[in-house]
Amino acid sequence: MTVRECYEAMGADYEDVAGRLRTDERIRKFVLKLLNDKSYDLLISSMESGNMSEAFRAAHTLKGVCQNLSVTPLYQSAAELADRLRDGQEYAEDVNPLLEQVKKDYTLAMDCIQKLA
Amino acid sequence: MSKKRKIFEKKKILIVDDSEINRSLLSDMLSDEYEILEAENGMEASAILHDREQEIALVLLDIMMPVMDGFEMLVIMNKNGWIKDIPVIMISAENVPSYVDRAYDLGVQDYISRPFDERTVRRRVINTIILFTKQKELSHMVTNQILEKENDNKLMIEILSNIVEFRNGESGLHVLHIRMLTELILKWLIKKKLYRISPEDVSLVCNASSLHDIGKISIPPEILNKPGRLTDEEYEIMKEHASEGAKILSNIPFRENEPLIRLGFQICRWHHERYDGRGYPDGLEGDEIPIAAQVVALADVYDALTSKRVYKDAYSHEKAVDMILNGECGVFNPLLMDCLRDVAPTLKEELRVRSEGKKMQEEVIDAVEKMVEKGELDVSDRTLKLLERERVKYQFFAELSQEIQFEYTVSPEILILSEWGANYLSMPETIMNPRKDSFGTEVFTQNDFEHLLNMLEKTTPEEPVVEQKYLLNINGQERWSKVIARSMWGSWEPPEYTGAIGKIVDIHEDMEKMNHLEVMAAHDSLTGLLNHKAAKSQIIARMAEDEEKKFLLLVFDLDHFKLANDTYGHLFGDEVLKFVSEKLRRNTRAVDIVARMGGDEFLIFMPYKDSMEPQVKRIFELLSTKYEKFPISVSMGIACAKDCDGTYDSLFHMADEALYEVKRSGRNNYCFYHK
Repeated sequence: MTVRECYEAMGADYEDVAGRLRTDERIRKFVLKLLNDKSYDLLISSMESGNMSEAFRAAHTLKGVCQNLSVTPLYQSAAELADRLRDGQEYAEDVNPLLEQVKKDYTLAMDCIQKLA
Repeated sequence: MSKKRKIFEKKKILIVDDSEINRSLLSDMLSDEYEILEAENGMEASAILHDREQEIALVLLDIMMPVMDGFEMLVIMNKNGWIKDIPVIMISAENVPSYVDRAYDLGVQDYISRPFDERTVRRRVINTIILFTKQKELSHMVTNQILEKENDNKLMIEILSNIVEFRNGESGLHVLHIRMLTELILKWLIKKKLYRISPEDVSLVCNASSLHDIGKISIPPEILNKPGRLTDEEYEIMKEHASEGAKILSNIPFRENEPLIRLGFQICRWHHERYDGRGYPDGLEGDEIPIAAQVVALADVYDALTSKRVYKDAYSHEKAVDMILNGECGVFNPLLMDCLRDVAPTLKEELRVRSEGKKMQEEVIDAVEKMVEKGELDVSDRTLKLLERERVKYQFFAELSQEIQFEYTVSPEILILSEWGANYLSMPETIMNPRKDSFGTEVFTQNDFEHLLNMLEKTTPEEPVVEQKYLLNINGQERWSKVIARSMWGSWEPPEYTGAIGKIVDIHEDMEKMNHLEVMAAHDSLTGLLNHKAAKSQIIARMAEDEEKKFLLLVFDLDHFKLANDTYGHLFGDEVLKFVSEKLRRNTRAVDIVARMGGDEFLIFMPYKDSMEPQVKRIFELLSTKYEKFPISVSMGIACAKDCDGTYDSLFHMADEALYEVKRSGRNNYCFYHK
């Protein structure tokens, strides 16, 4: 699988990342690092334990990383979740669909990136 | 490659971001041109900056981070003045306007928004570094020019005043002394917050003080250098030097508003006024006399007294201060007399050291200037080289000394161990929040560490050194260690406590030896009981801490002990003494103090509750016994602490008298002291 194919499979913006990071080799190197990134795990565990400020920080980090790598769908869902959790907002039912979207996008992204390895 | 390039090598960039991916992405984009340092949060970054502030050319800073976020880090950079020397570019994913504004307010240079674009990142980084370097070079140039000008000014003033002194047959030291004294007095006034003097005023008044006698240029040399006493007429002429000096200064065209001229005028004209209004030329009284002139007047008198003149020998420092304080040399502002009293002890030393120090300092400046003239180094290179040399030196000595050395900063609270110390303790070199770290809770006990930090905080810049012994836990072993540390202070006024440096020396073996020696010194070598001296000091301590004074002192000796020695030999005599001692040891309590005073004389100091006699009787009967063929009995005198005047000596004297009473009445008995 090429980097372009991987990005297309994720529904992510290959042209954008290629324009900024310039070589496939570099994109591959960093997109693979996503597999080991801890912010998603931290997000999930913080949500479970109800630590909303930590969850916000984790969502925020995830958002920033995905933005840099143009992993667009995950960036967008992480950004929406982060905005919802910003400034110490309380947990409520409406957080769930946002979190579910992040989980879905994350699973898809990881599946595709696995194939690059 | 240029020489300069070699000194700097690659410029260093510090990337601060909690996400490893983001850090390595930026590092990847920049590492061919720059050396990259990484930090996961503001705390780590502060530690790196604290250590290597001089080396870092740029900081890329994220906002949202655990432990210490980007804003807090910027606050610390402001507080430590790093923000003036190191440009910061924000790299936060956050683009809420209030965040961005706040970042700029805190001194951030630029903002790179996400997603990172390689060309943008590289361009922004280069631009910022170039801009900043140029700014720094410019500010160095300006500073150098100002310094040069200031030096020229000072030099001109010194030449001028030297001409006067030369004509006056004095060495150039008078002007120097006046400067130092003036500075010392002004700083005292600042410290006491009197007369609203600022640090800038100090250097101005010091410069102006050099001008105090320029009016003497207009005094005829016959009068100026007359060896004997001046006639009244001559003295009137001599007195004119004050107003003449002021006139010289006020005649300088267009400069009457320059602070130096204004102060010079005050000092020249009024440095012979007296606080009681009986001085000259204007007879000003009290604080009508400007404070600058009052200060220089005092300095002038002190230096005149302590210097040798044609008509007099030099008085000693002490004599001069006495004479001034006794009003033998004019009348001064009582505040200044307080000042003189306060600074007198340091004044003498200060004068000596500074006269010598000045020479040294000039040599150093000379050498540096020569280097600069040759154009080998510009200012920042030179600073860096000096720093580097100091660092190497420090590291070398630190390693050699086999001591744990440390550096402690208050904000952010970080403790940095020397390389050797960190290895020895198996700890990292940089310890954040040392009070919470195992350094402040296990190596030191929490109380000890707080105690040490408290002591340091309570020091002053004048007396910054503390020394204390602590029982430390070094790799699981308890070791007595000595901590010697010196508090560090900011250079601004008033100085602020910023941290400390120090070392930890293992003194365990020495302490053990000391303890052992103390034990040996306190005990009688034959019987192992306390000796009289040790017992005495313990008894004094016990009597002091107890209000009720329900204590008994028993003093006794063995009856006919000489007989045992004479009949069975000294070795046998020693056996008897050991036997008695052992018996006493077994039959007394931990609260009792038992000692052999020498020969066959013993004492027991014991507390009692209700009645005294039973326990005395028990001891007495215990000692009515025999060792082998030798029958043992004692004569014993007893005194109550309640009956004495509270001193050990009187208590002992009472017991001793009772003992003699027993001896006089036929031995083998005990007796309480009674009047």
